[in-house]
Amino acid sequence: MINEIILMNGYGVYVWSAFFFTLISFATLYFVTKLQFLKEQKRFVSKFGSLNVEKASAARLQNINKEILSNTSTI
Amino acid sequence: MFKSFEPNKIFAITSRAPKYVLFLFIIILTIGLTEALILSPGDYKQSDAVRIMYVHVPAAWISLGIFSSLALLSVGSFIFKNKNFALVSKSLAPSGFVFNIVALVTGSIWGKPTWGTWWAWDARITSMLILALFYGMYLLAWKIYEDKENVMKITSMIAILGVINVPIIKFSVDWWNTLHQPASINILSDTSIHSSMLIPLGIMTVAFALFSLLIFLMKYNTELIKVKNKGLDRL
Repeated sequence: MINEIILMNGYGVYVWSAFFFTLISFATLYFVTKLQFLKEQKRFVSKFGSLNVEKASAARLQNINKEILSNTSTI
Repeated sequence: MFKSFEPNKIFAITSRAPKYVLFLFIIILTIGLTEALILSPGDYKQSDAVRIMYVHVPAAWISLGIFSSLALLSVGSFIFKNKNFALVSKSLAPSGFVFNIVALVTGSIWGKPTWGTWWAWDARITSMLILALFYGMYLLAWKIYEDKENVMKITSMIAILGVINVPIIKFSVDWWNTLHQPASINILSDTSIHSSMLIPLGIMTVAFALFSLLIFLMKYNTELIKVKNKGLDRL
């Protein structure tokens, strides 16, 4: 049974390489996108932290800014 | 009409959605892979090589679908002058490009045991390669140009020009004599695939669509935070 699944009547090398290539491409795209997201989020948090009280309270009026600050590492 | 879709309003949803989409994607992908690699039957002519179809076909469909969406959104951004359309397009493109590459590579792998060659300058394959070049140009334009107005115009032009290639890809197998087989699945007429293969194909298509939704949401959130970073600089 296991041998049948691995060998696939002699086509195993083609079938498995096609599936592995697909899954590796997906994993790479997912991690690259996640890294970009985390980088931007980190930049936002550090920029927000460097704002003075007045500017920070003005920025906090926007819901999206509050969401970004509250949603650290949600993915 | 588009006010309820403003980034500020939908971020609360788009920032929470990826974890649920990822969870659903993993479940559906697991079912799809089990069906595609173990439970579905081999083909009477191609034997087990036909299993490559379960990654090749959904990837091709989704890359075509995403590029068509890019063109539609580009037309929309021209007509409605809505910058959010450009943000959505920019977030959709990376997964479309990866699906296009997956379709080309898995097609090439499938070509070796069935046609005896990795590559042929056949109308369907060549037009898919041209689509990949359009995707590449589209993504490069976003990287190269810094002026926002300019980049939106250039990327829209690339998407609108590139979409001419989409019907060519679809009908290439009917218009020319190609190595690539004609479509087996037709919405308007009978489908020539048995349900034992159609069901895994459908499941894998749903899984791939969920993956592109996941990447889109993550990328869209990243782009929104980039916009907000620039906003903080201006404070």
